[in-house]
Amino acid sequence: MSEFIYLARRYPLGLAGGVILLLFVLMAIFANIIAPLDPLTTNPRASLAAPGTTYMLGADMMGRDVLSRLIHGARISLAVALGATFIGSGLGMLLGLISGYVGGWFDLIVQRVAEIMQSLPLLVMALVITASLGPSLVNTIIAIAIPLIPNVARVIRANVLSLRELNYVEAAHAIGMSNTRIAALHVLPNTLAPLIVLATAQLGSTILTEASLSFLGLGVPEPYPSWGRMLSESAAEYMRTAPWLVIFPGVAISAVVFGANLFGDALRDYLDPRMGD
Amino acid sequence: MLSYLLRRLGLMVLTLFGVSIAIFLLLRIVPGNIADILFDSAGMIDPAEKQKIVAELGLDQPLVVQYAQWVNGLLHGDLGYSYVSEKPVLDEVLPRIPITARLAALAIMFAVCTGVPIGVISAVRQNSGIDYGLRVFSLAALSLPSFWLGLLVLMAFVNWAGLLPIYDKAPQTWGMAILMYGVPAATVGLRSSALIMRLTRSSMLEVMRMDYIRTARSKGLSEPAVTFIHALRNALLPVITTIGIETAFLFGGLVVTETVFNIPGVARFLVEAIRWRDYPMVQNLVMFIATVVVIVNLIVDLTYAFVDPRIRLGS
Repeated sequence: MSEFIYLARRYPLGLAGGVILLLFVLMAIFANIIAPLDPLTTNPRASLAAPGTTYMLGADMMGRDVLSRLIHGARISLAVALGATFIGSGLGMLLGLISGYVGGWFDLIVQRVAEIMQSLPLLVMALVITASLGPSLVNTIIAIAIPLIPNVARVIRANVLSLRELNYVEAAHAIGMSNTRIAALHVLPNTLAPLIVLATAQLGSTILTEASLSFLGLGVPEPYPSWGRMLSESAAEYMRTAPWLVIFPGVAISAVVFGANLFGDALRDYLDPRMGD
Repeated sequence: MLSYLLRRLGLMVLTLFGVSIAIFLLLRIVPGNIADILFDSAGMIDPAEKQKIVAELGLDQPLVVQYAQWVNGLLHGDLGYSYVSEKPVLDEVLPRIPITARLAALAIMFAVCTGVPIGVISAVRQNSGIDYGLRVFSLAALSLPSFWLGLLVLMAFVNWAGLLPIYDKAPQTWGMAILMYGVPAATVGLRSSALIMRLTRSSMLEVMRMDYIRTARSKGLSEPAVTFIHALRNALLPVITTIGIETAFLFGGLVVTETVFNIPGVARFLVEAIRWRDYPMVQNLVMFIATVVVIVNLIVDLTYAFVDPRIRLGS
């Protein structure tokens, strides 16, 4: 507990970021309880209703409650972001570990493929992958996870290459440990800190990518309420008549990404002081 | 130097070759070929006609043959025909390139012109209120989805200026051109600006700890001379790399920003081609983007070596 207070004092911005993230996670978990109305129920009479007592943040064209859709949208946003980050970092770590530890032709192929993948911007690659797989929740997660892999693989590989030369790895070899065991028990745990830093740093950009894909109509499909889709072109039409449709979903995206960035920054300073500014 | 350049060019070709295979296969993973999709969307059912279209588009050929035909065409400057407009792909893409290029150049200029000075201020005033504020501001800028920022900017223009900086036809006057290109460029460049600011700051802080800075101070140079002549020049080296990476990322940002501001550029065209399932177009646009990214990376590496004599290429 005193450790926690010390850290909270040392990294006040990180604490703020963590609190923001936690609030969104709680919102996503308890969406059913918190949301005042059903996010999918349409009400023609409430079409484009201004923020008021029933519809606290207003209603969209189909009369659906914006606040409830935002609360439920946190589920989609966080599910996609956490899912994509988890899969992308996991696969990237595995490839980086094997690539760095085994080397040889496997390493060469992984490096070349990573180079190929990194010649396309994240959003462009995610767009093409969703175009190929078709829009669905799972496909959106896959489309965002795949472009994350090469970056993680490269960082972990570089880390493994330096770890491999250390005395304790040599000692493990000397007492006759198998390569797999050394990789899993001695090298892997020491790559965890940079992995966590990288994964957290990417959390914000995965949320933004999901929002962009959905905004372009190629992300998470109906009926899931997605913040990005709430902002898509239909909302742009109501800029003058119903500005709340434009403002609130953007505030939600920005707030959770801001939280993730603040938290990621503090985590980086804490776990890897060399990388810090 | 020459051997380094040749090796890099060789790797570039290899990478682009890999991209071409990846994109070609990716667009054909899904069962059902393009004729099916065209037929579904057009609502036609005559099997004989469908067979004719399949043969016309060469879709009945083995994948290897189709791929070879595409790459052969690419190398000869023949990019094939769009499924949607039935015009040559090249005629559709070429007029869009200068628009996107202008936007990207303006955005990078905006990012450098704002990011570097703000980063320097933040570093020189380390741990002051200004530094804290600027750092929080830059993190906030990194958190804004650029399409939302674009929507807010549009909304502000509509409400306060009563006009839309939306691209409906090519701008006629300089004022209109600045409005139509400048506003979206600033919107999409804000992210890069924040990144460059953060990097300039940390790089400056590192350089300021160096011995030669202490030397410069102790021989009585003024603080601005130390900051700008001795520190900044060295601190900018890593920033060059970021500018290269950001140029690639900018394409991602432009995809949404061109959509929001209705700009007929290459990036928005990619989204349209994907929506229309115009695969020859998607294939070629992706190749174009990859080529630009790879070339920019090469230029950045060469610039780096040129600016920093400590780097010996090829060794």
